[in-house]
Amino acid sequence: MDSALDLLALRPPGWGGNLLMGLLRTVQIAAGAYALGLIIGLCGALGKLHGGVALRWGLEIYTTVIRAVPELVLILLLYYVGTDLLNAGRAALGLERADISGLWAGIYVIGLVQGAYSTEVFRGAFQAVPRGQIEAARAMGLPPLKVLRRITLPIMLPYALPGLSNLWLITTKDTALLAVVGFGELALETKQAAGATREYFMFYMAAGLLYLMLTLVSTLGFSLLERRLRRGQPTQT
Amino acid sequence: MEWYWLPEYAPKFLEGLWVTLQLLGLSIFFGMTLAIPIGLVQVIGPWPLAWAARAFCTVIRGTPLLIQLWLIYYGLGSLFPFIPGIRETLIWPLLREAFPYAVVAFSLSVAGYEGEIMRGAFRSVPRGELEAARAMGMPPFTVLRRIWLPRALQNVFPTLAGEFILTLKSTPLAATITVFEVYGVGGIVRQETYRIYEPLLFVALIYLCLTFALVVAFRLMERRMPRHSA
Repeated sequence: MDSALDLLALRPPGWGGNLLMGLLRTVQIAAGAYALGLIIGLCGALGKLHGGVALRWGLEIYTTVIRAVPELVLILLLYYVGTDLLNAGRAALGLERADISGLWAGIYVIGLVQGAYSTEVFRGAFQAVPRGQIEAARAMGLPPLKVLRRITLPIMLPYALPGLSNLWLITTKDTALLAVVGFGELALETKQAAGATREYFMFYMAAGLLYLMLTLVSTLGFSLLERRLRRGQPTQT
Repeated sequence: MEWYWLPEYAPKFLEGLWVTLQLLGLSIFFGMTLAIPIGLVQVIGPWPLAWAARAFCTVIRGTPLLIQLWLIYYGLGSLFPFIPGIRETLIWPLLREAFPYAVVAFSLSVAGYEGEIMRGAFRSVPRGELEAARAMGMPPFTVLRRIWLPRALQNVFPTLAGEFILTLKSTPLAATITVFEVYGVGGIVRQETYRIYEPLLFVALIYLCLTFALVVAFRLMERRMPRHSA
């Protein structure tokens, strides 16, 4: 077992460095995709609650289809659609074909998927804001954007946070699916290391531990954040 | 869009659909069989068992299913041949197939997620009902079978239904270990016809239909369950 553990050393011939680089990429993709998902989710939830009929229907189809089709299928579909659209756009502008880098492609596909889930989380949270608060803000003469920034968002966030922290955990785990498409992140680095050394069991255990650490640290972070955001709320009895 | 390949591959897709449904059904069955004791020991078990169950749920829920699947298929699968005499045993033909590994991985995943839900479910049953059952002279196991478990399942059925749909959506991962379910068949079509979008869209459509069928089925089952009368 001694020699097998040597394979986890940080410098080549050990593969530890590759795994850690993979973990870094995983965190980068997850963070980017999560941010994109949050932006889509906020806009989507506002659109579902205040938008016109066409917008509401469009968003309903988006969230329903994304949530009913497996992530793996979506990732492939969105990846091909994205590169084709990008290249069609570049061709129209007279530019050469381009390959999107794995990082941005990963952020884009996972972000679009997460957007559907966070739309639903935010929609529920927005509905939990007491109407009186918004009416009071309007009565004070606050313009709509300021109502959103100063009143609705701060009141809504604590309601959204449990759902959002869950989504972050799902996002970090979903990035592993990118390995199937061939983007270099932790799961793919692990697969390559395991394949090259034939130490499948040890490398997948190591990757599992890294993911688990990421999850545990995130859970801790979110519980601290939730305590801070809830500081203005009455404590539950 | 060209769909000329569809009639040719239709039987393959049907086979794939059958594999998907088997995978889903077996994983839910074995997973729930494990999830019930895992939830229960966290409520009434002695602390080592409760602690072990809790750790199991944390590990399963904290790591990607893809890694679990690969750990079990490539990891354990590469260790089995070193066990002396295993090639002569009856289970060896099973160990050489990919499908059983997928069932094991998905069942463990279901057990981890649903064990956590069952823990809350067992807790949610009012103590008075269990005390009443005990006062009627029911032995502990009968209380569990007749009162505690049905009431717990009834409370979390909508949550479980949602979780089973998540399980359905994770079955395509099995294609990465050469189990040819619907998504895997779609991959074959893509390789053989060089068409990118049509097979993927067709696969997406199948999953869309499966999801809606499951949603409807679960809703019907929910309607048949007795409601809270109080």
